[in-house]
Amino acid sequence: MTVSDLAGSDETILVAQARQSDATAFSELVRRYENKIFRLALHITQNREDAEDVLQEAFLKAYEHLDQFQGNSKFYTWIVRIAVNQALMKLRRRKTDKSVSMDEQFDTGEDTLVREIAAWDEDPEQQFSREELGRILESAVQSLEPPYRSVFVLRDIDDLSTEETAQALDLSIPAVKSRLLRARLQLREKLTRHFKRKGDDAFAYL
Amino acid sequence: MLTCKDFLRELSDYLDENLAGEARTELEQHIAACPNCWVIADTTKKTIRVYKGMDPYPIPPDVEARLMQALERKMAAKQSK
Ligand SMILES: [Zn+2]
Repeated sequence: MTVSDLAGSDETILVAQARQSDATAFSELVRRYENKIFRLALHITQNREDAEDVLQEAFLKAYEHLDQFQGNSKFYTWIVRIAVNQALMKLRRRKTDKSVSMDEQFDTGEDTLVREIAAWDEDPEQQFSREELGRILESAVQSLEPPYRSVFVLRDIDDLSTEETAQALDLSIPAVKSRLLRARLQLREKLTRHFKRKGDDAFAYL
Repeated sequence: MLTCKDFLRELSDYLDENLAGEARTELEQHIAACPNCWVIADTTKKTIRVYKGMDPYPIPPDVEARLMQALERKMAAKQSK
């Protein structure tokens, strides 16, 4: 079977074929998810070298332990979980002085996350070039603490469901929900600096 | 009466359309009456939207090439076992 035949194949079939030591089938699975896994690894480690290591380790581990993959979750959720674990291990090793934890350090009310309340234009992103917009969005995500960043990337960028995100990060559903809300509110706050409607500041003094 | 704090706590579920019936109506009534929460809901909704539309970050070709090489080595080792 050629690669182009496999490109449209059902994931369960690919996994079954890969389990029978079909190298082409596993390579197709890798091609399907390598971009997302690399982006996720970059977001967690914030370091290109580490992200590349995580990417390789995740897929090599997956290949090695393919027989342990239970068909009751998506292959993508499974590989995400492996990649997240590898990435967290890297983070811990890198910052031996500072403890890196996926747990929340403090628990303040959501209302403390809202400081600036200013309306945005209808399509604020249109005022920026793609490159500029990309930089603004990336740097805002990078400024989030790791527990919030991972949840946000999986839920709102990679479009995983709440249940899949909980599975991938080994968190409870309420924990995913509360971290997602906090991440969204913090990003909203950061983006307001760039996206707020011009002139609204002046009106505030009238 | 729903407070702004209550509203904020439900914001994600509201924006993800996980709420129905009375819970949703209550939030909608709050937004209609509270300009601050309207702005927060609107700007949070736009925040989610701009990230969803973000270009996928393509994997650099050299990174992909090294990944494929590592996999081939691994597969070859497994076959020879
Ligand atoms: Zn309010």
